[in-house]
Amino acid sequence: MLNIEHLTHTYGTGAKAHLALKDITFAVEPGELVSIVGPSGCGKTTLLRTMAGLMRPTGGDLTFLGNEITSVPEGLAMVFQDYRGSLFPWLSVESNVRFPLKRLGLSKADLDARVSESLVAVGLTGFEDRFPFQLSGGMQQRVAIARALAYRPKILLMDEPFASVDAQTREDLEDLVLSVKKKFNMTILFVTHDIDESVYLADRVVVLSKPPTFVVTTLDIPLSDNRDQIETKEDPEFIRLRGEVARLIRHPKSDDVTIPVADVA
Amino acid sequence: MSAVATVPVRRGVTPKVTRGLIGVAVLLILAESVSRLGIIPGNILPPMSRVLLDTAGLIVDPEFLHDVGSTLTAWAIGLGIAILVAVPLGLVLGSFRIAYEASSAVVEFMRPIPSVALIPLAILVFGQGTDMKIALVVYASLWPIFFNTVYGVRDVDPVAKETARTFRLSRVGILARVSLPYAAPLAATGVRISAAIALIVTISAELLAGSASGIGSYILRISSGGGDTSLVFAGTIVAGLLGMLINFVLVAIERKIFAWKKEGVA
Repeated sequence: MLNIEHLTHTYGTGAKAHLALKDITFAVEPGELVSIVGPSGCGKTTLLRTMAGLMRPTGGDLTFLGNEITSVPEGLAMVFQDYRGSLFPWLSVESNVRFPLKRLGLSKADLDARVSESLVAVGLTGFEDRFPFQLSGGMQQRVAIARALAYRPKILLMDEPFASVDAQTREDLEDLVLSVKKKFNMTILFVTHDIDESVYLADRVVVLSKPPTFVVTTLDIPLSDNRDQIETKEDPEFIRLRGEVARLIRHPKSDDVTIPVADVA
Repeated sequence: MSAVATVPVRRGVTPKVTRGLIGVAVLLILAESVSRLGIIPGNILPPMSRVLLDTAGLIVDPEFLHDVGSTLTAWAIGLGIAILVAVPLGLVLGSFRIAYEASSAVVEFMRPIPSVALIPLAILVFGQGTDMKIALVVYASLWPIFFNTVYGVRDVDPVAKETARTFRLSRVGILARVSLPYAAPLAATGVRISAAIALIVTISAELLAGSASGIGSYILRISSGGGDTSLVFAGTIVAGLLGMLINFVLVAIERKIFAWKKEGVA
């Protein structure tokens, strides 16, 4: 569905050139939840922005549903880490969710149905007339997720969506993502720096290296589909997987790892 | 811990209004005494009680109300045109840096020209009537609205624009549905600043041009030929009250429309 092949990106040119993404290859298949995890500063956001068509990478092939990504493709929605900036403060919860649907030319009944269905899915019924500033951070991110759902994307990109909420809310929102995935059979690409989160949510984890970034490995997560914040995280298999991901991030096994200068000295 | 509970002092709206009224009353009494005691002759500073009576009389005087209407018409049309020009211009120039830089030389030259200095030119071109007043009001009101809109547009959260882009909104769509509402509170502040300037300019133009009607013309008519000082004061007071009323109404409208802006205060 989404194919990334030998993606590279260099910021700047000449002597100031900075190779951020060295060689990224992976794919996301329909109905999958793939999480991308890597050390901070490894270019996760750059990677996601190129896939969303918000910026062009300097090299590599990106296709979505067989078409090359040159601008934001149809059928894609994105949930940002900064929900505060991403929600429109002058619009009520309901109007925020309705925002992207206007240009789709839906009938009024269709529109209303989509909006209410999405708000039900994220547990925000009864909050339609509130404004973003009247909601907690977790609830604001729920609005952003509802808005993305109402748009009915074929793929949902999530850029460290829960990095700015407290731990308890974070767990609730992770479970919300899993329930939404099941309910709408949604394909999701989830970027995070949290190893537990990446394993808990995913069918597959793409592990990235430090910059210049390459894919260290892609790990299948053979945990059951019914995941639970307590039981799944106690499962020896989960513990083994999170350990493996952590080790891969720290000590990537690859021939073309350039040894940082500091380590040589 | 001491057992003495401190009663929080409530500084609500009412005490503020009360204090303000006390200030006004003291000033009026002072002015009244100065005049009654003959410290300043009555033909220069008439007793305030008379001025207030004259003011009350003016407010219901049909001839004067016609002058008020004339001033407000020029004010409103001029301000309206200024909004219609400055907001779209600010929106576009604020969004595209190149366009802004290209226009900045012209803007920087025109902005410092005091609009009052343009009155003779405006009289030459437009005559002494409403058109002249409107032209001056448009010119004077343009700048605060324009600059506030530009700043407002530049302040738009980049994530909000990216969000709109991921939903495939066009550039024009983003301008209209994201940048404009984002910039609206600042643009509205610009309108309020301009509303005050516009009233000053309208009345100044009427005074200097000797227009047929308007608050400025009324004050000019009464004051010429050894006129009634008290009525001149009364006309001036009405002009001041009008400015206050306009500001009050605009602030109330802003509070209502931009209630969502509360979060921005933090």
